[in-house]
Amino acid sequence: MSWLGTASYHLNVSLVGNAFLRWERMRLQRKLALWEHEHLNPPLGTSPRLKELISRHYLKGRYADGHGPVAWVTSGAPVEFLVALGFYVMYPENHAAVCGIRRKVEEIAGAAEEAGYSQDLCSYARTDIGAVLSGNTPVGRLPRPDILVCCTNICQTVLLWYRVLAHHFGCPLVLIDTPFIYDEASDHALAYVLRQVEAAVEVAEGIAGRSLSERRLDEVTRLSLDAVELWAEVMATGQHSPAPITAFDEFIHMAPIVEMRGEAYTVDYYAALLAELKQRQVDGVGALKVERKRVLWDNLPIWHRLRWLSDKLAERGIALVASTYTNAWGELAGLIDPDRPMESAARVHMHVILNRGTGHKLATIRQMASDFQVDGVILHSDRSCKPYSIGQIDQRERLGTVAELPALLLEADHSDPRSFSEEQVTNRLEAFAEVLEA
Amino acid sequence: MIAALGIDAGSTTTKVVGVDARGERVWHRLEPMDPQMEAQSERLLAEAPTEGRRVPVVATGYGRELVRQADRRVTEITCHGTGVFRALGHGGTLVDIGGQDCKVIVISSKGKVTNFAMNDKCAAGTGRFLEVAAARMRLELPDFARTAVEANDEEPISNTCTVFAESEIVSLIARGRPVPGIARGLHRSLARRVASLARGAGVRPPVMLSGGGAHNGALRHLLAEELDHEVLVPAEPQLMGAYGAALIGLRSPGG
Repeated sequence: MSWLGTASYHLNVSLVGNAFLRWERMRLQRKLALWEHEHLNPPLGTSPRLKELISRHYLKGRYADGHGPVAWVTSGAPVEFLVALGFYVMYPENHAAVCGIRRKVEEIAGAAEEAGYSQDLCSYARTDIGAVLSGNTPVGRLPRPDILVCCTNICQTVLLWYRVLAHHFGCPLVLIDTPFIYDEASDHALAYVLRQVEAAVEVAEGIAGRSLSERRLDEVTRLSLDAVELWAEVMATGQHSPAPITAFDEFIHMAPIVEMRGEAYTVDYYAALLAELKQRQVDGVGALKVERKRVLWDNLPIWHRLRWLSDKLAERGIALVASTYTNAWGELAGLIDPDRPMESAARVHMHVILNRGTGHKLATIRQMASDFQVDGVILHSDRSCKPYSIGQIDQRERLGTVAELPALLLEADHSDPRSFSEEQVTNRLEAFAEVLEA
Repeated sequence: MIAALGIDAGSTTTKVVGVDARGERVWHRLEPMDPQMEAQSERLLAEAPTEGRRVPVVATGYGRELVRQADRRVTEITCHGTGVFRALGHGGTLVDIGGQDCKVIVISSKGKVTNFAMNDKCAAGTGRFLEVAAARMRLELPDFARTAVEANDEEPISNTCTVFAESEIVSLIARGRPVPGIARGLHRSLARRVASLARGAGVRPPVMLSGGGAHNGALRHLLAEELDHEVLVPAEPQLMGAYGAALIGLRSPGG
């Protein structure tokens, strides 16, 4: 930390940045009033506030170097101890998703491919490594990490990816290895993960130059729990027909629950979003003007085609009312215990959907299909996310034969447009719509 | 007398079928797909002996958007399902092997498509695989299939990828392996690929086959072996998409 860094942070973020983002929010709010779409009702009124939150998060990151410690973490890593120690937390996966939405992946991942990283690797990893190597990012600038926290509960690619980052930045890499859960987590596996979380805290304390305050950790964990519970309630409003929110909205509105957990403003944001959705329910306003069919999404979204896909489904009156992906940040609320934050961090992060069997995922899909009363399921076979995609062929077969739910397997990639064939996807979607309508 | 027309503007061939008011197939045309698809579909539809009457036209296939005269456009999945259900009179699992894709369509006992699966983004499991393999062996498609049926042995072909399988053929030929065995191995590779797609969609017997690939006797035989089910083929399997389109036109002309 330096006085210059802190001064620059306050000038650029607290003064100029905040004022600009507030003005930008008001501008977007005015724009919303003029919004028109043939098949969709106006976007949620909280959307401009969301954009402000996300922009501020990246703005803080841009000026974080020299102001405070910075951690880069995987999307499934425990962050409460980092937030409690004052770290700025950066999520390379979310940044890669932003690059996907802005259609920058070919260009940025290209830098990694030129350096020898195969196009067969996860496009998030390639985008992140490409951004690190080239400095190219749509968010201005990424802060340099002081610590890397990698949790293997989402895949094994992160392990190798974070080793590359550790080598590049020359900073400590903390690994939290989570044994796979086939049925129930054993006590010794929980103890093993807990010890790793404790070890991670020690490394983080050394970098932050202070000890972790138990009171502050409890407080951050409580804020995390509040936000996760609100997020679960937000998603549950999709059970209502017409659904006031679609999974396409959730893919964007999930940003704070992933990268801003443990913050009071995140809790406030989801409380406001929930209030708006409840009002929509009362008013009978759906995300779609006419909701004819309801569908569940499995796997990550196709970031570079969100709008296109949303329009394609909306024109047939198909509402994407839920997704297993966004659900992953709400379904474990019951495991978070603010009175035992370290144990709860270990337990929660072992139980994420990708750290459990394919049978568990099928059960989750079936439960959600019933809760949200869907007419069909779209399984995005994501070239970049093998752990999420494995088992989908069997899951589709079981959904068709056992649950009698039509299920569509859609081949694409969460952020690399080169693995997307518009003609093929269009044909499959139209055929799927015909099956739902038959 | 033609009461409705269906046109299947596929990736490899263009088919037009006319049905009478009872849904019987009374007229058809089949041609290789012309890159000038709009002009081709216009010409073929004009050839239909409709005696100057305007009849409903339903278009299907990859080129369906280019058929200007179409009153309605429906995907090949629904059309093949509709055509085969009418032709064979029952539901089940339909495998359609087209020029550039392969579809598995589950049809209910009432003739509705309840689920489907398609090959992923490559030519494995499609008619193109057979075309490329036959061309590499300098055989016409019917001879290629016959050679495979008559083969006494079978060369294992490990690749389902069309490009890799082609290089595998080259190396087998270079090693002096007999052509019939290679031909049979190639058909086996395709049948396995298609069977695995079918199992992924959930096979509900009887198994039926349509599309240009259904003309291939070796494929029919090997697919039956791989799925352990008899494979039923309607008359004129390649016309089933256009036939189904015409039937849809008959039922609901405007959409």
